[in-house]
This record gives sequence, C-alpha cells and structure tokens, in this order.
Amino acid sequence: MSKKIIRNKEAIAGYLFITPVYLGFILFKIYPLIKAIIMSFTMVGTNYVGWVGFSNYIAVFKDYTWWPSVKNTVIYSIIVVPCAIFIPFFLAAMIRVMRSAAQTIAKSCLYLPQVSSGLVLSLVWLWIYDPFSGLMNYLVGLVGIPPQIWLGSVKTALLSLILMAILSGHGSSTLLYMAAMGSIPKSLYEVARLEGANWWHTLRNITWPLLRPTVLYVLIMSIISSFQVFTPSFVMTRGGPGLATSTIVYKIYNDLFSYFSFGTATAEALVLAIVIVGISMIQFKFFASDVEY
Amino acid sequence: MQKKYMNMLKKVPAYIVVGIWIIIALTPLLWMISSSFKGEASLMSTPPKLIPDPFSLENYKKLFEKPIFLWVSNSVLVATAVTIEVLLVSSMAGYAFAKLNFSGKNILFWLLISTMMIPNQVTLAPLYELIMRLGFLDSFKALIFPPMAAVWGTFLLKQFIQTLPKELIDSGRVDGASEWQIFSRIILPIAKPGLAVLGIFTFVGHWNDFMWPLVVIREPSKYTIQLGLSAFRFEHTTAYGPMMAGATLAALPMILIFFLLQRYFMEGLTVGAVKG
Repeated sequence: MSKKIIRNKEAIAGYLFITPVYLGFILFKIYPLIKAIIMSFTMVGTNYVGWVGFSNYIAVFKDYTWWPSVKNTVIYSIIVVPCAIFIPFFLAAMIRVMRSAAQTIAKSCLYLPQVSSGLVLSLVWLWIYDPFSGLMNYLVGLVGIPPQIWLGSVKTALLSLILMAILSGHGSSTLLYMAAMGSIPKSLYEVARLEGANWWHTLRNITWPLLRPTVLYVLIMSIISSFQVFTPSFVMTRGGPGLATSTIVYKIYNDLFSYFSFGTATAEALVLAIVIVGISMIQFKFFASDVEY
Repeated sequence: MQKKYMNMLKKVPAYIVVGIWIIIALTPLLWMISSSFKGEASLMSTPPKLIPDPFSLENYKKLFEKPIFLWVSNSVLVATAVTIEVLLVSSMAGYAFAKLNFSGKNILFWLLISTMMIPNQVTLAPLYELIMRLGFLDSFKALIFPPMAAVWGTFLLKQFIQTLPKELIDSGRVDGASEWQIFSRIILPIAKPGLAVLGIFTFVGHWNDFMWPLVVIREPSKYTIQLGLSAFRFEHTTAYGPMMAGATLAALPMILIFFLLQRYFMEGLTVGAVKG
C-alpha cells in the first residue's frame, strides 16, 4: 500500500517537474508549428483569407528568386559539408599524435572562432574582403593574383562566403572526433602495426569505420547548419549582387519582413524543414549501423 | 635511441599542418583585435601590420558615440535571464525524465526531442505574431520567454542526471524528504558540472544570437550588442575601424568566458553526440 502511495507521489512530482518546460514547449514550439502549417494554407500577405489550398506552395516554386536561393544554398552545402566532415577528422587524427600540452593548446585555438558570433565573424570578413583595404587582396597579391571585388562580383561572392565558412569552424567537430578516437581500443592499432599497416592504412581502415556514429552526427549537424545559413548573407552582401548570395533562409527572412508575405514565407520554411528532416532520415538509414569494438 | 628520434621526426608533419591551420583559423580574430587599436592611417597601410603602430583608441572613441554600454548591458541582462530560466526549467524536466516514473514519460520525452531537427525559421512568422499579440514586441520579454521551451537543455541534463546513482534518491526518500527537497538539495548540487555546461552554452548562445532579436526588437534603446553592431554596419558601410572595435567588444567577453571555463566547453560538446 505505502509503495503505491510513493509511486503516486513520484508520478505527480514527475508531471509537475516537466510542467514548465512543457508550458514553454507548447506555447513557443508546438503552437507556432501548427500555426505555421495553417498559415501556409490560409494566408495571403499578412491577412488570413481562409483556405487557399496549395497556392502558397505553388507560388514558392514559381517565384523567380526561390530557385536561385535553393541553388546557392545547395552549392554552399555541397562544398561546406564535406569540408566540415573531413577537415576536423584529419585535424583530430593529427592532434592526437601530439604531446598532451600541445594538444590542449591546439584544441583551444581551434575552438576559439566558434565562441564568436556569426555577426562578429561576418563583420571581420566583410573587411577582409574589402576590395581596397582588405587583407584578402593583399594576400592574393603576394602570389600575383590581381585584386578582386570579392563580395561585389557575381563570380566570387558566393565562393567568398563559402571560404569564410570553411576557414572559421571545425573546433567542436575536431573535439568530438578526438573524444571518439580516444575510445577506440589501442590494441586494434597495435595489431595493425604488427601487420605492417602505416598511419594512412590504420586511419582509413580502423579509425574511419569505427567513427561512423560520430561522422553521422557531424554530418547531420553540418547539413542542418549549412542549410540554415543566414547571417553572412544578411550582414555582408544583402543577398547580392543580384541574387548571387541569397540563401533559402535569407529569402524566408526577406519575404517575411521586407515583403510581408507571411503565407509564402512559412510555406518556404516548411519546405526547408521537410528537406532537412528528410535528408537527416536518409542519412540515419544509410549510416546508422551499430558499431562494436 | 635512434628509434625514439625517428618517432619524434614522424610527428613533425602533424605539428606543421595543425600549426598552419590554426594560424589560418585565428588570423581573422587577431586581425580584428589588432585593427581595432589602429589609427585611420595605419588601418589602410600596405603591407598590413599585425601590431598596431601607433597604438590608438580612436576607433573606440568613435564607437562610443553610440550607446554601446547600454547595448552591452542589455545583452548581459537578456543572456543572464535566459540562462537562469533555461537552467531551472531543464534541470527540473531533466531530473523528472531521468529518475522519476510516470506514465507517458517516454512519449512525452520523444515528443520534445522530435522537434529538435525542425529549423527555427518554420516558427518565425507565427512566433512573431504570437509575441506581437502578447504585446512583447520591442521588449526584453520577447527575448526572454521563448527560450523556456528548453528542449536541448532538457535533453542534455537528462543525459547527465541519468548517470547519477539512484541510491541517492532512495536515501532521500527514506529520510522523508519531499520530491522537491530531493531535487533541490540532493540532485542539483551534484549535477553542478552538467548545469555549468548548459549554463555556459546557453549564455554564449544567447549573447551571440542575432536573427530572433533582429525580428522582435526595433527600438535602438532595446538593442542587444549584436543588433547595435549590425545597425552600425549599415549606417557606416566602410567605417571598418570602429566596426572592428565593436566586434572586439562583442567577442571579447565570450573569448574570456571560454578561456576561464574551457573545461566545461570541452565536456559539453561530447554530450550531444553520446548515444542513448
């Protein structure tokens, strides 16, 4: 009998303890999520006009600024995501052979750019890319390349944002990889070495396959973040020149707060959500196999 | 002996490659800090100098024509309030999901987690509308209340509290402590490392947050430092000197926090990727 009372008390406490988070969750996540779906089917501009069917979605796909934004986001991701997987992997493998004091220094230095906000990095890189006084034109000038209008030219604007992304991240992924590498039993490497495997062989045939769960995690996280890139486009280029650096999220923001077309903007965001969740699911299917040591 | 030298020699390429990468990764930040102390003339000098010569506070003077102090203190206020709120809400929920039994627990937990992958942009318009109807536009309430949906925090602390021994709770029950006392007197004190990790990530994340404040705050006296800087950037498109001074002011507190609390950053990173 008393056990039952304790169990009841425990259950009541459980519900009470999750009440605050669930209040926030329902009010600021679930309700807006349902509302977003409704908005995409009922809103034109800033007005609710009743059921409009898929017209907002159709408008998205017919919008001449949508596909360039999708294209830019995809190009951005196709280049940035593999870098975000392989660069930290190799960095981690190399840092692990270093002495422990050097390891600590390397880890902190790599992580440092990640505590700076996207806005701060965007401002710094805005200047680095300045055609007259920027560091970039000075550096490429050293190897004989003429000065470029990095952010002002259709040819180089998107590439400039990509380069910035590649050079200013990777700290947290490197640390993740290092932690995962540390949990691989040393005996595996010893056996491989006895059989004459070199550094590259062990990395390719032991470390990489055993790190699949971490690779999957880094992959999904970097896909999610690169599909949502916004701040550099907003701060550095305003999506331009033309539509050269307009990304999906930049377009969503613009449609919401420059053009006030709430219906189409939420439709765009929902399409983005479906793509992101879909890609992540596919990755899980293909990648997730339990690794046993 | 020779073998030892051979082994050391083999590691040299690793030091070189990692070293070069670190130099590349840190150049923008060093460049930002050093330029913020350069006068107008040396700012544009070719070749660029890393050490400011002459050392000048000109940029900071120009920057402080704007209410920078106000923006920084707004950021401190908002980030602190959000951090306290997130810590409280997620530790309670994390404890319940980790250690208490109640029906529907798993479903309720997975419902929370399942929304983690949905990008924030989906709820941007409806959330804006909600905030407007609540009368929170142009008020810190708009920045402080929505993070109450602390899904990631709940997940993180659940993972952490799960590793604590169940006996602690049982002994508390035997001593006749109430559920709240068990939580606040037994669990919270030993969960400090987990709380530290979540607190630091929350504070830094909200200090650095840009898009949401951009959407709900229009009144300059309510700007966070990030908003103030972005406004400055569009007002003075090529005033790079003061811009770098502002960027330094926005980044330096986070860099300091990082160096002081490095240990927790490193711990926190691995939590999200742990299976289970």
